[in-house]
Amino acid sequence: MKSYVLSAAVAAILAGTFLSCGKKSNEIIIGGVAPVTGEAATFGASTKNAFDLAIEEWNGKGGIDGKKLKLAFADDKGDPAEGATVFTKLIQQDKAVAILGPVMSKVALAGAPIAQAASIPMMASTATNPKVTLVGDYIFRACFIDPFQGTVGAKFALEDLKTKKAACIFDVGNDYTKGLSEFFKAKYTALGGEVVAFEGHATGTTDFKAQLTKIIAAKPEILYVSDYYNDAALIAKQARELGFKGPMVGGDGWDSPKLTEIGGAAIEGSFFTNHYAADDTRPIVQEFVKKYKTKFGAEPDALAVLAYDGAYLMFDAIKRAGKLDGPSIKAALTATDMAVVSGQVKFDSDRNPVKSAVIVEVKNGKFVYRATVNP
Amino acid sequence: MAELFSLQQIVNGLQLGSIYALIALGYTMVYGIVRLINFAHGDFYMIGAYAAYAAFFLFNAYIAPGNVLVFIVLIVAMLVGAAVAMLSNKFAYKPLRYKPKLSSLVTAIGVSMFIEYFFSAFPPIGPSPRGFPEVLPKVMWTMGSAQVSNYVVIDLVVAAALMTGLTLLVQKSPLGRAMRAVSQDKDAAKLMGINVEGIISFTFLIGGAFAGAAGLLAGLTYPRIMPYMGILPGLKAFIAAVLGGIGNIPGAMLGAYIMGIAETTANAYNSLLGEGIAFVILILVLLVRPTGILGEKTADKI
Repeated sequence: MKSYVLSAAVAAILAGTFLSCGKKSNEIIIGGVAPVTGEAATFGASTKNAFDLAIEEWNGKGGIDGKKLKLAFADDKGDPAEGATVFTKLIQQDKAVAILGPVMSKVALAGAPIAQAASIPMMASTATNPKVTLVGDYIFRACFIDPFQGTVGAKFALEDLKTKKAACIFDVGNDYTKGLSEFFKAKYTALGGEVVAFEGHATGTTDFKAQLTKIIAAKPEILYVSDYYNDAALIAKQARELGFKGPMVGGDGWDSPKLTEIGGAAIEGSFFTNHYAADDTRPIVQEFVKKYKTKFGAEPDALAVLAYDGAYLMFDAIKRAGKLDGPSIKAALTATDMAVVSGQVKFDSDRNPVKSAVIVEVKNGKFVYRATVNP
Repeated sequence: MAELFSLQQIVNGLQLGSIYALIALGYTMVYGIVRLINFAHGDFYMIGAYAAYAAFFLFNAYIAPGNVLVFIVLIVAMLVGAAVAMLSNKFAYKPLRYKPKLSSLVTAIGVSMFIEYFFSAFPPIGPSPRGFPEVLPKVMWTMGSAQVSNYVVIDLVVAAALMTGLTLLVQKSPLGRAMRAVSQDKDAAKLMGINVEGIISFTFLIGGAFAGAAGLLAGLTYPRIMPYMGILPGLKAFIAAVLGGIGNIPGAMLGAYIMGIAETTANAYNSLLGEGIAFVILILVLLVRPTGILGEKTADKI
């Protein structure tokens, strides 16, 4: 009797396994991680929208090798501990063949070792901390990293704005702004320009006049302001008040409507490097903006673009791999050379994308596409 | 080194010092009268800035930006600052007046946090920064090597006028005499028929009004306001008051201008070390004169 029950149970389990295998063979499970609740909820929402849109489009074209893509989505709540839990769940329970996301570097740093250990390729969309992809050879990202922006800003200031003397101002207590300024300085100097002043300021201060006075006395033609929009706007106002007439250049930390709201006329005619510009005329950009707007009723932000690009890069790799095992997908990702919304992407040896950045100009209180700068 | 003491840097330092001075006076007066370090004082300054912001949009419909509007906005900022200071005295500090000093001190920190968190949670204000409007058109002059705007003039003039007024009030008026009496000995003052609680309340009123005025000036000069904007300037103004000799009114003014110029000079000298240098100067001064530059010798500081 007992053995009968046991064999029945075994049969049922086997049948179940075969059934689920049968079901799975028509589907490719893609893990998706983003913080749809918590402090970065708006970032998470754009990211999830982009995942959904990308999957819908690929399935509309027939999926990959006749198999439909299915998103197993998990909310990391912007919390590294939660991130580690959902990575484990997606890999072990949902049997995801690849993971898209997360958004934040701190969560990516918690999840990446789990993906790496399981040999599951991961495509962080907007985690900019250089350490993320250094976790291992299965960890990729869709965004360029901080140092790159400083380099692009320097190239633009020298070659497009035709300046020879620049000055930098940054927050001494913030690695992002400090890093940008340092890389700007290195590139600007390497290309034959001169950085005449390199000034830091304390975190949380509102008075930048001492540094700006010193900067203006050194007569730079452009001012590189690597601060976030909040401080950048205030710096712009004070720089104008002290008589600085030239343009300012910044990084993607400027990308907020608050920049022009606080900065007003002072920030007009300045530029910043960004991942994409909504009014970039390339057809791939316009098509994406249109589709996103139709589906979600809002203009896509940079997070949506990078999440969408990340999904396309991953799906393209799965297609080229022809197999669903981690090593094959990883090998295909390494060989990527694909045009996506944010540019033509290849990966360098640290699995960071090598791609162009866009320069956005502040014009009449709006952000206008100005140029694409190649690395 | 030449540009270290350039005219422009001195102007920058005086401008910053004026704002610190107005805040520092509130700290020092309240300390002088009730021996309380009112850590919520920086938040009165923040409230002043928001009051000025609201007043601008309220009155701008009727009055074009200009000197008159600045004056009206200044009065509103001072009134709101004074009201909040008096209310916090009435509800938070007065009940603890004759309790151990530490209770009041901890309460002051509580009041400070309450105001900050309340403002960032209160939907019409919210946590994100706002740009401060141009309350009057900016006019710029070039004076030798320095760029000076009418905003700088307003900062310096408003601060100087308020400080002169305060000095006259404290030194020449009967009310000022009563304030000095209370600060020397509350019990004796009471025996002389002085309404001690009234004087304390009045001191908070003046301190709050000055912080409110500083809020407007900061909004004009550094046009971005947010609920946590009072923490750092509040702390620096407190240090300025200690540097000048806490409890001493001319000391607070002197300390604030030294602080403003030290901060500017330090940033001009080496911005990567920046304010660290300014604080080293302060520590050195206090090592030589522990009671502050103009402070009298008293046994019980906090």
